[in-house]
Amino acid sequence: MNKLALIVGGSTLVYAGLALLMGVLPGIELSRVPAGVGVEPLSTLEAQGREVYVANGCSYCHTQQVRPLDEDKVFGRPSAASDFKYQTPELLGSERTGPDLTNIGARQPSSVWQYIHLYDPRAVVPESIMPSFGWLFDVVDRAPPGVSPVPLPKAYAPAHGVVVPTREAEALIAYLAALKQPPWAASEAAGETVAAAGMGSPAPSANSTTPVGAASPASGYDASKGASLYAANCSACHQANGEGLPGAFPSLKGDAVVNKDDVTKHIQVVLNGLHGARVSGVVYGGVMPPFAATLSDTEVADIIDYERSSWGNNGKPVLAAQVAAERAKAP
Amino acid sequence: MQTEITARYSNLSDKDTRSLISIFSAYTVCATLWLLFATGVGILMAFKFGAPEFGSGAWLTFGRLRPIHTNATFYGFASIGLVGLGYYVAARSSGAKLYSTALAWTGLVLFNVAALAGTIALDLGYNDGDLEYREWPWWIRLIFLAALLVTGWNLIGTVARRSSKDIYLSNWYILGGTLWTCIIAIVAIIPWYQYGLGQVAVSGFYMHNAVGMWFTPLALGVIYYSLPKLLNRPIYSYALGVFAFWTNLLFYPIIGAHHFEFSPLPWWLQTIAIVFSVAMLVPVWGGSSNFLLTMRGRTRDLIHSYPLMFIFVGVMSYLIGSTQGTLEAFRSLQQVWHLTNFTVGHSHLTMYGIIAFAIWGGIYALLPLATGKQASPLGMALHFWMALVGCFIYVASLSIGGTIQGLDWMHGLPFIQSVIDMQSYYVWRGVGGTLMFLSHVVFGWNVWRMCYGPGATASPLESLRAEEAVA
Repeated sequence: MNKLALIVGGSTLVYAGLALLMGVLPGIELSRVPAGVGVEPLSTLEAQGREVYVANGCSYCHTQQVRPLDEDKVFGRPSAASDFKYQTPELLGSERTGPDLTNIGARQPSSVWQYIHLYDPRAVVPESIMPSFGWLFDVVDRAPPGVSPVPLPKAYAPAHGVVVPTREAEALIAYLAALKQPPWAASEAAGETVAAAGMGSPAPSANSTTPVGAASPASGYDASKGASLYAANCSACHQANGEGLPGAFPSLKGDAVVNKDDVTKHIQVVLNGLHGARVSGVVYGGVMPPFAATLSDTEVADIIDYERSSWGNNGKPVLAAQVAAERAKAP
Repeated sequence: MQTEITARYSNLSDKDTRSLISIFSAYTVCATLWLLFATGVGILMAFKFGAPEFGSGAWLTFGRLRPIHTNATFYGFASIGLVGLGYYVAARSSGAKLYSTALAWTGLVLFNVAALAGTIALDLGYNDGDLEYREWPWWIRLIFLAALLVTGWNLIGTVARRSSKDIYLSNWYILGGTLWTCIIAIVAIIPWYQYGLGQVAVSGFYMHNAVGMWFTPLALGVIYYSLPKLLNRPIYSYALGVFAFWTNLLFYPIIGAHHFEFSPLPWWLQTIAIVFSVAMLVPVWGGSSNFLLTMRGRTRDLIHSYPLMFIFVGVMSYLIGSTQGTLEAFRSLQQVWHLTNFTVGHSHLTMYGIIAFAIWGGIYALLPLATGKQASPLGMALHFWMALVGCFIYVASLSIGGTIQGLDWMHGLPFIQSVIDMQSYYVWRGVGGTLMFLSHVVFGWNVWRMCYGPGATASPLESLRAEEAVA
């Protein structure tokens, strides 16, 4: 009997101690981490949207943790301990079948895009393997007053009637729009730099722009880099063929601004984004995000030059120095 | 010792023997049904990676099926299967009858109710957060905890009835695993230290311990009993088994945070987890070399016995999969593999390669001894080879694909490129998964034969049965 007590009681006591040490105590300690500057609780609608996100297991494919690694810079600044005060249940996730969503509200501010993408991801990203969430939408003959129907491309729209979001879809999109990283607090930056030291990870100034000197090529541009940057940053809305989606995202093919000799407007739009734009007589309700914070001068120039030389466009090329000049003018 | 035990066993009443057999059979049948369900869902999900519109609508959406697949595998198939084996091993190796037949049946009902209610809740979108392996609403996890407590109590009572002074090593693992898991379940349910980042820390602890302090110890316990039984030779080193038991207990609970490397969890917590991930090589290599040395020089027996083959694959997966886990924990490699499909490959190499193969080996070894009914050699062969080849294709495709995924990200390619590059590997995963699922259908047939089939005796195990009778 003594031996049984040793194995059963002894090992269980040891295990209970380790569970306390490695599970409960870190839990108690880290539950107390205060919110950082700018980290706010969600609104009622956004909180409901988070519940939709959790109920449908979005975090099995989308993480919400930006690591202090170069490869994660595209998703925002590295996540800080002080970002998680209001995040229960936690949604860090363990797999990135789809992109990280920590900062998606800033990276893709267009709710029009989000609605189309949620209804059928392949309507905007042909290669996407995300499930469509058509059951979060209603198909009605006519949209009720005050509700704008989702401007789906013809191939993805129902044969009759229009598609309007349900309350759940509205809440979910409101939640995604609220996923914006507050700027890095100075005190946080100091702590994380220590943590990240010794592994060659970037300083947490991920959001600041990379200065570009006279190193940019005087003539021509890096075409493959331009194509790749366009695919990563632009084609979700403007599409790989540059034609956009009628009624949702303007076409860049044959567009006046893209082909104009004066490059100022083109650079300004990429750097600062656009809201309620009128293009070729059509007013677009969507929002284009600014890229000044995430792309360097060379990268912006590569994207613009790619746009200006693709799909039959024939605009004057842009140099990184011109982008730098426009950036200096920014408010 | 075997002689004593067998003699004592034969002194047990027919009624005790019959009730142990029916409990073992009932647990095995339930586990098999959960296996078919969970892996059927798995196949459906695998198809969705190639055809996202396949099986549309809220109830079949990927994000709801994913936790249904993992929880049904863990808490339906593996838990019920291992507890059934655990009861049989505990009773037989102690030469005692079960402490309480009623408690064993109660436990089975509770396990099934929890798994069924959990599955329904998840499919309705009702969960306690996307917290891996503890998504079930808390009150359903309480039902599971009740099942664990009933099982633990019953196992202690059974081992306490042993008439020898020693407690056979298998029971150390089976008793330990069951009781530790009660603690894991309690730690996971109590909410007061689980806000924000605090919950991340608890998740890291929970998700790894639920696997490695529950399934692994019970599977090892089953192997420690089945292997000597099948080979009719004692375990190579009893002391090494005891050593692995204590080192596993000390090192394993500390490694959970390696699931959150580069996260905002404190850097020192991640570093400690990595250090102890390396320390885990001690119990892993100790345990697997103990098994391999027990099998030394018996290759001919091995290739003529499917139960042994299943256990051999389980042991090799334990060695390879756990060593791979240690390597994955290094920051340099984690930078490539973290958040990719490589992790999914690793979890299948371990949960499937170690746990499922050990369960099958145990069932093929012990269920015929209990019921006196055999599975057909053809059935066992089909099950073994389809499961092995399927698992190999599954793990290889996701390991290669996951590496490419990670390199794509490191090279700064547009994210969608990593989705495109995975396509062919997703197809191969589906091929492997289909083979695995088909092998489970054959397993179902084999279980039916062993529980309800004709009382045929002709099989490769006949000699072993004869040996047991005279031992």
